[in-house]
Amino acid sequence: MSFAVNMLTRSLNVFHLGGSACNNCDIEIIDTLTPRYDLERFGITLVGSVRHADVLLITGIFNKKSAIRLKRVYQEAAKPVLVIAIGACACTGNMFQKSYNWNVSVDKYIPVDAYLPGCPPKPEAMIMAMVKLVKKLRGAK
Amino acid sequence: MSKTTIIPIGPYHPLQEEPEFFKLHVEGEKVVGLDIELGYNHRGIEKLSELKTFEQTVFLVERICGICSTSHPLACVQAVEDAGGVEVPERALYIRSVIGELERLHSHMLWLGLAGHFLGFNTVWMWAWRYREPILELFELITGNRNHYGMMKPGGVRRDISVEDIPAIQKTLDGLKGPICLFRDAVTDDPLIRARLEGVGTLTKQQAIDYCAVGPTARASGVAKDVRKDHPHLAYGRVDFKIITGKNGDVFDKAIVRILETLESIKIIEQCLEVLKTLPGPVDSNPKEIMAGEGIGTYEAPRGEVIHYICSDGGNRPLRHKIRAPSFMNVPTNQTTVIGQSVADATIILAAVDPCYCCTERMAALDAGSGRRILSSAELIRLSQAKTAKLKKEMGVEGPRLKI
Repeated sequence: MSFAVNMLTRSLNVFHLGGSACNNCDIEIIDTLTPRYDLERFGITLVGSVRHADVLLITGIFNKKSAIRLKRVYQEAAKPVLVIAIGACACTGNMFQKSYNWNVSVDKYIPVDAYLPGCPPKPEAMIMAMVKLVKKLRGAK
Repeated sequence: MSKTTIIPIGPYHPLQEEPEFFKLHVEGEKVVGLDIELGYNHRGIEKLSELKTFEQTVFLVERICGICSTSHPLACVQAVEDAGGVEVPERALYIRSVIGELERLHSHMLWLGLAGHFLGFNTVWMWAWRYREPILELFELITGNRNHYGMMKPGGVRRDISVEDIPAIQKTLDGLKGPICLFRDAVTDDPLIRARLEGVGTLTKQQAIDYCAVGPTARASGVAKDVRKDHPHLAYGRVDFKIITGKNGDVFDKAIVRILETLESIKIIEQCLEVLKTLPGPVDSNPKEIMAGEGIGTYEAPRGEVIHYICSDGGNRPLRHKIRAPSFMNVPTNQTTVIGQSVADATIILAAVDPCYCCTERMAALDAGSGRRILSSAELIRLSQAKTAKLKKEMGVEGPRLKI
């Protein structure tokens, strides 16, 4: 196990990047930190700056204005950084694909490590995604 | 005159969930101006709606906002019913009211938690969100999903509330009353919260009227404005509840209004459930066609009045769909409330209107402009040329002279 993987799969610092979302995925992300699910037990915390982040959580579609910022925020992040697309909008564009303001899907801009569909995905699903990602990084089956 | 500095907040920042850009103009610690730049969240929903049938439109407007995900569909289906002359069964009206009020409950709890977070009082945040979970469980029980309930359709609702579920709903609501009263007492008694919130970000009654503020933002300033009372629709004409108003319009009043409103919501839900136990009938009138016409639907969303306008030509799609969300009226009030306050208080003042940018962004452009000159591009070019000429003179260089 490399040093980077070892560091990356412990206490994850998560930066939440909401695009043109409807807020529901964002609220459910925060929900995983509050007492019912309480991911902070495992050292997973939200951070205020992308420069501290190990994981980027992408929610919502990215319109013409915010897509440019998405790329810039990704470039500012310290590498290696994991990217999880949360919700149907971030994964595929959902029902906004025909919108005049929808640009292209997130993975055309930045590399995405995990897709988590659902509108919105339940907090349990988000926790499962984290577990699967960490397991995959460590090379476990 | 002291120097004005600009503090940029956003668009991607930990303060609020959504992307928006605030430019705080500050002199020392004092905020003297505010620019709000939106547009990061515009998805073209009004135009997309014209591509969808009336039933699909409801699912689309549900995705305007995840927190008001009943208010928008509710206003939308009422607009469709108004345009097409569709009858709604009485049982469906009561179920709609129950879902709407449950949403108000969870939205106000959510705001209370976030307000605590913005104040640096994370205990309030964690507790409020802990007690919000049972409400989401109720949604899962009734509608099958925690958020985005998919309950509304033109002519009624998609799912019935079964009589067997009512005692369980009642039990959860009873369990909520204690914690909400605890929050009410904690906020009113705590000297720290009072010190942080009282007299901060005041919106006077006249200002609330001038800005056409809606919802709890207006009610905290003493404007008794509530769609549920002003135009009794759904079951609201048949249940007993009070409009909660404040006096001062500061952040403290806005918090108190929201907490007391949750208790009123529980009261409304209980009365509706009592009727639903015995009221027979279908929950959906299954309209076969929507006649040509125009319709307006309004609903008192947790943040204020939401208005949907639908124009139908007799086909199966809306010809025009116009949406006005409550935050569209409430966000500009920030421009008066935040002026003269300290930077540390700005976060809670900006959050006190419970802003929802995903609702708001139907193409909006705002500018503070008060006392500051806005330069056009021609003026900027002229200024730049004047500066270049000055520099050239100082440096003693001559170059080609450009004309605009």
